[in-house]
Order: sequence, then C-alpha cells, then structure tokens
Amino acid sequence: MSDSDRRDSPEQAEFREYCQTWLASNRPPDPTCRLPLSALEIMTEEQLGYLQSWQKSAYDAGLVGCDYPEAVGGGGRKDCQRVANEEMLAARTPYFPNIIGLGMAAPTVFYHAQDALKERLLPRLFSGEDIWCQGFSEPGAGSDLANVQTFAERKGDKWVINGHKVWTSLAHFAEWMILLLRTDKSHKYDGLSYFVVPIRSALGKGVTVRPLIKITGETGFNEVIFDNLEVDDSYRLDELGKGWQVAMTTLLHERGAGELQTPRAGGLKNKGSHATTSYNLTELARTSMRDGRPAAEDPLVRDRIMQQMICEVGLSQNQRRARVPALLDHPMRLQLQNKLLASEISQDTAALALEVAGASASLYLGDPHAPAGGQWNLAYMNSYGMTIAAGTSEVQRNILGERVLGLAKSK
Amino acid sequence: MLKASARKFFDDKFPTSTLHTLVAGDHRPERDNTCHWDSALWREMVDLGWTMLAVPESAGGVGMPAVAVAGLAEELGRAAFPCPLLGTINATWVLNACGAGAEKALGEIVAGQSATLAITNQAGSWSPGDTDVSCEQGKLSGTAWYVQDARKAQRLLVSARTASGLGLYWVAADAPGVVIDADTIVDLTRDQAHVSFDGVAAQELTSNGLAALAQAMPAIWTVLAADMVGAAEWQLQTTVEYVGTRQQFDRPLGFFQAVKHPLVNVMLQIDQAKSLVYNAACAIDCEPDKALQFAHMAKASASETAALASGRSVQCHGGIGFTWECYVHLYFKRQKHSQMLWGDAAWHRARLADIVIGPLARTGT
Repeated sequence: MSDSDRRDSPEQAEFREYCQTWLASNRPPDPTCRLPLSALEIMTEEQLGYLQSWQKSAYDAGLVGCDYPEAVGGGGRKDCQRVANEEMLAARTPYFPNIIGLGMAAPTVFYHAQDALKERLLPRLFSGEDIWCQGFSEPGAGSDLANVQTFAERKGDKWVINGHKVWTSLAHFAEWMILLLRTDKSHKYDGLSYFVVPIRSALGKGVTVRPLIKITGETGFNEVIFDNLEVDDSYRLDELGKGWQVAMTTLLHERGAGELQTPRAGGLKNKGSHATTSYNLTELARTSMRDGRPAAEDPLVRDRIMQQMICEVGLSQNQRRARVPALLDHPMRLQLQNKLLASEISQDTAALALEVAGASASLYLGDPHAPAGGQWNLAYMNSYGMTIAAGTSEVQRNILGERVLGLAKSK
Repeated sequence: MLKASARKFFDDKFPTSTLHTLVAGDHRPERDNTCHWDSALWREMVDLGWTMLAVPESAGGVGMPAVAVAGLAEELGRAAFPCPLLGTINATWVLNACGAGAEKALGEIVAGQSATLAITNQAGSWSPGDTDVSCEQGKLSGTAWYVQDARKAQRLLVSARTASGLGLYWVAADAPGVVIDADTIVDLTRDQAHVSFDGVAAQELTSNGLAALAQAMPAIWTVLAADMVGAAEWQLQTTVEYVGTRQQFDRPLGFFQAVKHPLVNVMLQIDQAKSLVYNAACAIDCEPDKALQFAHMAKASASETAALASGRSVQCHGGIGFTWECYVHLYFKRQKHSQMLWGDAAWHRARLADIVIGPLARTGT
C-alpha cells in the first residue's frame, strides 16, 4: 500500500476543491432543536425540515448522487461521492435525513427499474424531497427474510397488496417504500417480487402506519399494514419472481459493500448530537472521577479505551486497504465486514463509556447532571438497533463464513 | 511485486511438510536444542536481495519502503521459515538510525551478512535501553538475553551502558570472547540464546543509542506484526480447510455456527491487524510523527490476533490438533513466541495510552 491510494484523480482533486469552497460558505447553521443520533430516529417535523433543507441544498450544489448519471438526476462523475462524503464529514455538516433512500432505494432503483421510473424517482430522492422507507422485515420474517408473507395478487395490470411490515424506519415521513413481497406462495425464494410503492398518498386508503416505540423511548420506526392496496405493475422492479436477487442489491448497499458509494454527510457536533467514538470516550474518562482521580489515569480503563481505539482505527484502515488490490486475497472480504464491525465496535465503546461514567451513567436524557446529556445511554441502547438491523451480527457471521471462507451453508 | 514473488518462493520451495520434517524431528520436551534450518534456501533469499531491502540506496542497498518490507515479512510469517531475515532487517532499521558510524556495518549487510539485535536484559524488558551489557574503553562485558536467531546470525547489534549513556555496537558473532548459549524454547521455528561478552572489542555505531533505537522500534514492531498476520492467515486457512472436510453428525464441522462464527472472528481480527500493519508501515514511510502510535496499534492488534488464531486453530482441529503430527502446533508456538517478543499487547496499549491520553507515572521497567 503506498500513499497513492489516498491521492485523487484530477477529476476528484478538482471536485474536492469545489466541495471545500462550497462547504466553507454553505454549511448550515446549528439547529435550534435536539437532533437524534441518526436519521433513523427523526421524530419531529422540525427535525425533518431542518435536515431536508440541508440535503436539498447539498443536492443542488452537486454533493449528492455525484456518481449517478445525469439522466437520473446524478452528477455524472466517477468515484466522486467518496470525495464529497469526506469533505462533508470534515466540515462537520449535519447528516442527510433520506438515509434509506440514498443508501438502499437509490442503488436498487438504479440497477433494477425501467428508465422512466428511475428518471421520475431518483431526482426527488437525491434532493430529499421524497423520503423513502424500506418494507422488508415482518413479524415472521426477521433473520429468515425470505419468509416474507406480504402478498400481491394480480388484478389486470394492477396488484392488490395485503400484509404487515415491521421495523419500518421513517415510514411516518415517507412518500415511497421499497417493498419485498410474495407473488407466489409455492416457492420460498423464487416466489418473491420487489416493488416501489407510494405510501404517503395511500395513507388511510390501504396503508396504515403506526409507530413502534424503541427501548430508548424514542419513536422513529413503525409498523405498516397493507389492506388491499392497489399498485400499478409499472412499479415492479425487475422480473416477477426476482425479488430476492433485487433485495440482495439493497442489502449489499445497506451493509456498505455495494458498487455505488452511499452519499453520506455528518459529523455535526452540537449540544444535541453525539458520536460514539473512543475520542469522546477519552474525554469522558478525563472528567469522570474514580477513587479521587480521573478515570483517564486508571491503567485498566486506559487499556480498555485503547482496545476500542485500535479497533476503530483498524476498521477505518480496512476501508483504506480495500482500495489496494495487492493486499486483498478475496474481493468481498473487507466490504462484508463493515457493518458487523462498525456496529459491534460502537456498541462496545458505548458500553465502556457507561462503566467509565460510573454512578452518573444512571442519568438519562433530560437530567441536567447526565454526562454528555445522557447520550451515552442513548447510544448504547440504540447500538442494538445496529447489531440487529440489516442482518443481525449472527447472520453477518454466517455470510462471512460462507461467502468468504467457503464454509458449509446453514440453510 | 515482492510480496507475490515471496509467496511463490515459499509455496514452491518450503511447504509446511518440509518445515515439519526440518524442525520437528525430536518431540521430547527435554530435546537437545540443535538449531535446525535450511541455510541453502536462506542463501537463495540473500542472493535475491531480501536482506538488504531496507538498506538505503545511498549505502548500496535496495531502499524499499517499509510497506514493501512488511509485505515480505507477512509472507515469511505465513511460511514460518526459520531464518535471520527479521533480525537482519531489524538491525538495518537501527543502523539506518545510527548515522555515519553505521556505514561499514550497512556495507556488511549489503555484502550478505546476516545480523540480529542483542538489546534485551535478563528481566526481558522491552524498553529500549534496558541492558545488562556495559562498555568500557571499547570493550563489551555482560550478557544480552532473548537474542533471536542468534545461532543463525553472523553479526550482533549490541546495546551497552557507557559512562555517558547508552551506546550501540557491532560485533561479529564469532569474535573472541563472545559466547552464545542457546536457550531451550517452545517455538520450533526460531532459535534464541543469551549471549555473553567477556571484554569483547566492539565497533561503536553511535553513542546515542537511545535515540537510534527509538527511531527504529516502530519499524521493528511493524515487521514482526506483519509476520504474525501472515502466520495467522496460515492458521485460519488451514483450519478452514480442515473443518470443511472433517465430518461429524453427518455434516462438515464448518456447517456448525459454533465452529463457523469463531473462525469468522479470527478473520475479522486478522484483517484489522493487517490493515493496522500497513497503516503503520505507510506512516514509517510518509508520516514519521505518526509512526510510533500506529506501530503500537499494529503490534497490539497482531498479538491479540495471534492469540485468537492460535487458540482456534488447535481447538477446531479437535483431537488431531492436539498431536505432534498435525502441523498447527508449529504456528501455535511461533505465534506465542511472537506475541511476547518486543512487547505484548497490553504493553503496547499502555504506551499508546501515554501518547493519546497523556503520560501516566510508571515506576520501574
């Protein structure tokens, strides 16, 4: 690995300079409301409005969808989204609210929809004007995703959908849903099909969205009930019975292992936002006292903070090494680790922070004495969302064991 | 590319069966500590220029960046080839930091002489500068401990206390007054010795040995970590192959998640350690002010990786993995040795914490 993997192409270098210039004068002012840890926990119109207007201005400036063709509302660039992401992170901008749209729906629509549908859907997805949600999990289909029972019955060139989706983040704000459902009950995998469905316009007319409350007390995800919702066949992605293959495109991108880089902003630090990093943990250890001295002077605490820091740097260096073919023995080996590692490392860091905080770790959001405003507790509880969603850590280990190490399949 | 050609070199010429035949002939715990190695194959490696990779071009060497050297070390660890390559490369890093006094010694490395570091005391302190050897009027006295591959190396780079601090010295391993006492060690792929000096005339490389060692240590840790990552990858692949063929309960062992998931954990650890190794090597080449902390991370991570990979390799092989005839014990032992060598994981994390959190008062060494 040489330093050339950090070096930009001429196009990237020029674009980086453009991003820096634009961000220098267009980074939005801090919000007046508390922002949740991520877009998945957006609860209020005020939070959403602030973040949507940021995404729109970033899209208008060309920082969102950079690597998609211009015909679908993209920037028509090559490998520039990573550059924009790096610069938005460095500029500590807010994150984008349309996280499911950008990370999962966009690449899926791009690879599997008809041209007319792409051209209609993607620009408003990139701009954040249309929020998207994902209808995959069901009460009986979690890790065994292919067991989805939501059913679409053919009626001329329409489909009539009935079923029950759960853990549907952002459904309460979403215009559109990517929807994995069953069109054939006799084949488990080959009976699945994939649709995009306008849900906001159908609220009360075949679609019901009800909030589910998380262990943190926050809302943000939902259950969605389909009761004889009619949709047009033109909203189907790819062929009938190819739903599982289309879903793999979605999941690959969700886990950070897809072809297209997800537009990602964020790193905004204000009183309401907090990152679960060993850097913040170190700051906490400096101010938390144990035995009359800062926890940061306790050798055992130091050792554990260093373990977390080494894991974090290891993860970020995995991403750097993934761009150096000579140092890879298997093309997907590092990409397929991203989601698993990121979620488990931040969970362990948050857990350690609560130990370091000691007695004050009992204090939650809203308590004036809570360290970091109670955010470590919030982060710790929310981290279980990350180790469960998008394929649990156990499912991730199956995938790595089977796809990368070639061990015998569990199913 | 060097890494790929090294992989091919060892695959072709030194399969694990050859290693086992070479070093594991005598299983008795009280075996004599004969030094078994293939010096003819080592000569080929010297002729390929691998021992002078890190010598700057200005001194007649190859002047390869640390990332390339790490790539070679990774392949060396994967093959577990017994030889003084790391010792010679380590000595080179130190010589490079010694300035003008080391030109002649570097010339000897270029000429194909092998070397090793004799800079550790009997207490096994990994802090550079802790030595039981002293130098008075140009003569070395005392004993250096835990000298790696001492019986294979032709030159010794010795640290010794002087009236003004710590000096570094260059001595021929067969010089009069040098006595090499081989240790009986667990690791069959290395040899180790304590080396006594009885008024041995030595060539001074620098009188400021602490500065030279401080500059070289990040590279020394990084190439050892690379070796360990390579060995861990061998452990992983060998174990994956075994659990793919061994059947129990009418299925290959690898089907069971109790076996599958721990092996995935080994892979996750290897990849982090490997990424940290190349990150440290890049820093040695391009960001010297970051090299120290990144090298601590690399060696700490590699040590944890070695422990995990070793444990799982024996455990997942089951009963056969507990026998002398199965090859996994060779790497198990090499990794255990490497884990401690030049500082275990906790030692490196304590020093990393001093850098990133701030120094902690520590007594003794």
